[in-house]
Amino acid sequence: MGINYGKMMMWFFIVSDALTFSGFLAAYGFSRYKFIETWPLADEVFNHFPFMHGVDAPMYYVALMTFILIFSSVTMVLAVDAGHQMKKQKVAIYMFLTIIGGGIFLGSQAWEWKNFIKGEYGAVETKGGSILQFVDATTGKRVKLSDVAIPLHEEREQLTRNKGFWFSKESTLPTYSVNEVVEGFKANPNILVRTEAIYHPSMAKNVGVHPELNKSTHKHKTILTREESLKRLADVHYVVEGANLIRNEYGQKLFANFFFFITGFHGFHVFTGVLINVLIFLNVVLGTYEKRRSYEMVEKVGLYWHFVDLVWVFVFTFFYLV
Amino acid sequence: MAHAHEHVSNTKRIWMVFGILSVVTIIEVAFGIYKPAILHDTLFLQMNLLNWLFIGLTIYKAYYIVWAFMHLEGEKSNLRWSIVAPLVFLIIYLVFILLVEGNYVFDVFKSSQIKWNF
Repeated sequence: MGINYGKMMMWFFIVSDALTFSGFLAAYGFSRYKFIETWPLADEVFNHFPFMHGVDAPMYYVALMTFILIFSSVTMVLAVDAGHQMKKQKVAIYMFLTIIGGGIFLGSQAWEWKNFIKGEYGAVETKGGSILQFVDATTGKRVKLSDVAIPLHEEREQLTRNKGFWFSKESTLPTYSVNEVVEGFKANPNILVRTEAIYHPSMAKNVGVHPELNKSTHKHKTILTREESLKRLADVHYVVEGANLIRNEYGQKLFANFFFFITGFHGFHVFTGVLINVLIFLNVVLGTYEKRRSYEMVEKVGLYWHFVDLVWVFVFTFFYLV
Repeated sequence: MAHAHEHVSNTKRIWMVFGILSVVTIIEVAFGIYKPAILHDTLFLQMNLLNWLFIGLTIYKAYYIVWAFMHLEGEKSNLRWSIVAPLVFLIIYLVFILLVEGNYVFDVFKSSQIKWNF
């Protein structure tokens, strides 16, 4: 095939890895189609930007991450190019820049995960497993749990291993109890409940759908009337803050699982890519490839690094755009 | 292919491809923020035109990454095909089956007597 063994095997590894990622993304697509009417809207989930707290900035941060990764791909291909011309100094500089780019990307992803896990507004879960969020009755904007709940001075001790019968324990308790949220809601007539269901004009006449607040033509979740909100809140059994693998405040449970798994698996690839890049960088600096009279190893890690970038292009599309 | 001779520098093409990828990303982000109603509300094969546009642009970007950065354009065609053909075939196959099935399960939930989301 006009290519030597090592490079060919790198290509075939990439083919198999690409199929693995395709499998994940296709599974994500399956679940999304299955819950198409209740899937969280990416714009509402990923809307943070550093140093712009409280500002609704969808897409910008993840676009920045995409640029960082594409740019590190450029420096990588420049390193490969310099390798073809046997310019050791240049290869080293470009490899170094690539490593820096990878590091920045990983840091950005950590920040993204932090925001996702911490959450912002909080929500409650019904016995049926769906998420109810709170909005302001005049503006339709989201309202935080801390603005809904009122303190009731209830004592509720967390079950820990040393207190439990046969070492049983429970996860950290939410900041507010279900009662505090529900009572707070009852006391404040200016708050409404928003469901997971994505609004569609055909729902306008349904019982309990708010007649005014659902008029936006942008894709949005359905806001309920005050009476319907109170009715739904009677079913609540859990307060959700942020996201974990069991439930998340954004909506459909699978959403967080897929987010953690796919971006995590990609992040792991970036991490190993950075490690391999560091090894190759050291070899470049030590002159190993200069002695070999060939910088083909740089080309091989370059293939891997571009592949990681390629996967991100797809993750970006399917998690943030579509 | 020109690149068979190793010593030709490709920097010009690399920067051009970087420009293309950046511009396409900016277009994607702009569409992602503004979401024009005409595209967003028109369905084609059960998916809105905006999503089709995003997927098209993504494949366009993927083409440049694989062809220019991973330099598949300079490889022999049998290697090219042995990489691209299995991926294209298997991914289309898998995605087709899973999405159709997902849609079917959605319909089952929606029209069934069991209330699953309340």
